[in-house]
Amino acid sequence: MASEKPILYSYFRSSCSWRVRIALALKGIAYDQVPVNLLKDGGQQFSAEFKALNPMQQVPALKIDGITLSQSLAIIHYLEETRPNPKLLPQGPKKRAQVRMISDHIVSGIQPLQNLSILQRMGEKKMEWAQQCITSGFQALEQILQHTAGRYCVGDEVSMADLCLVPQVFNAERYKVDLSPYPTITRINKALLELEAFKASHPSRQPDTPAELRA
Amino acid sequence: MQQVPALKIDGITLSQSLAIIHYLEETRPNPKLLPQGPKKRAQVRMISDHIVSGIQPLQNLSILQRMGEKKMEWAQQCITSGFQALEQILQHTAGRYCVGDEVSMADLCLVPQVFNAERYKVDLSPYPTITRINKALLELEAFKASHPSRQPDTPAELRA
Repeated sequence: MASEKPILYSYFRSSCSWRVRIALALKGIAYDQVPVNLLKDGGQQFSAEFKALNPMQQVPALKIDGITLSQSLAIIHYLEETRPNPKLLPQGPKKRAQVRMISDHIVSGIQPLQNLSILQRMGEKKMEWAQQCITSGFQALEQILQHTAGRYCVGDEVSMADLCLVPQVFNAERYKVDLSPYPTITRINKALLELEAFKASHPSRQPDTPAELRA
Repeated sequence: MQQVPALKIDGITLSQSLAIIHYLEETRPNPKLLPQGPKKRAQVRMISDHIVSGIQPLQNLSILQRMGEKKMEWAQQCITSGFQALEQILQHTAGRYCVGDEVSMADLCLVPQVFNAERYKVDLSPYPTITRINKALLELEAFKASHPSRQPDTPAELRA
């Protein structure tokens, strides 16, 4: 008899997967994880088996309530609408719009430009390209956060925007982006990493984390 | 963010098209651009996000400018790759439109992306569902009135 637990297809270092891992942890949703290695075997996401599950051939994918969803923010919105506590979006439409604006800026405006498949096409210019994309995006984000932030990205409650921020800062550090021009981003990231959900979902603590990167 | 669109409304300024569309949906709820049930809403968002994060950013102006001579080829690769996946998803979700028979946020994302595909001479014959839905949407007044060929800043030579 198949388990009713949700199944998350994830890669330890995928920032998109990490966003969903944080959401599941914050909402206290137990799940099973199936690692998909984006580098091994030419990329396990390209296997016929995974393609049948997710035609987009990307992680994360979440099997839950009899359906399979992809796209991290679509998944997070679904979790929010079906397991509403604790909330990951504030109540009022204007604050919700701020949360979505920040989330979309990261998820459409920064991360796709520096994801694995693009970086592989950049060859030697990979590091420089990643730095340009992130720097450009963070310059704008720092200004926005100066208007919206309290303890976290929007006010004082953890929201979907925070789930997007932390994995992107991790990428910034990985690509050696100088973060000193972004004090608000840095402060918020630090505060979020003290929370259990952000720690438990960290790339250094996943079932597929390589030994040399394990916390 | 130094990008369009930006919408000044109700005393605030918003950017990011889907954040704007969600705000309009929450404050001016009729007619609905998202279906009622969470699973159908998730399908609408999944399709929208696939286009808005998975295809368009990779072929937007600032990226294409960096590609130089390889610009056309790059745009075609991004769109083709994205449309292959999208065609498969739509075969499961589509009715008259992207998700069932009501216009949703996913349809608002589809039409502009097909316009880009045509602009970059992507062969659309492998994508019959995308093509069919796009055609049906372009018959609706809102999609016609908002078309690039009918805007205040449309250059004369491209005007409808």
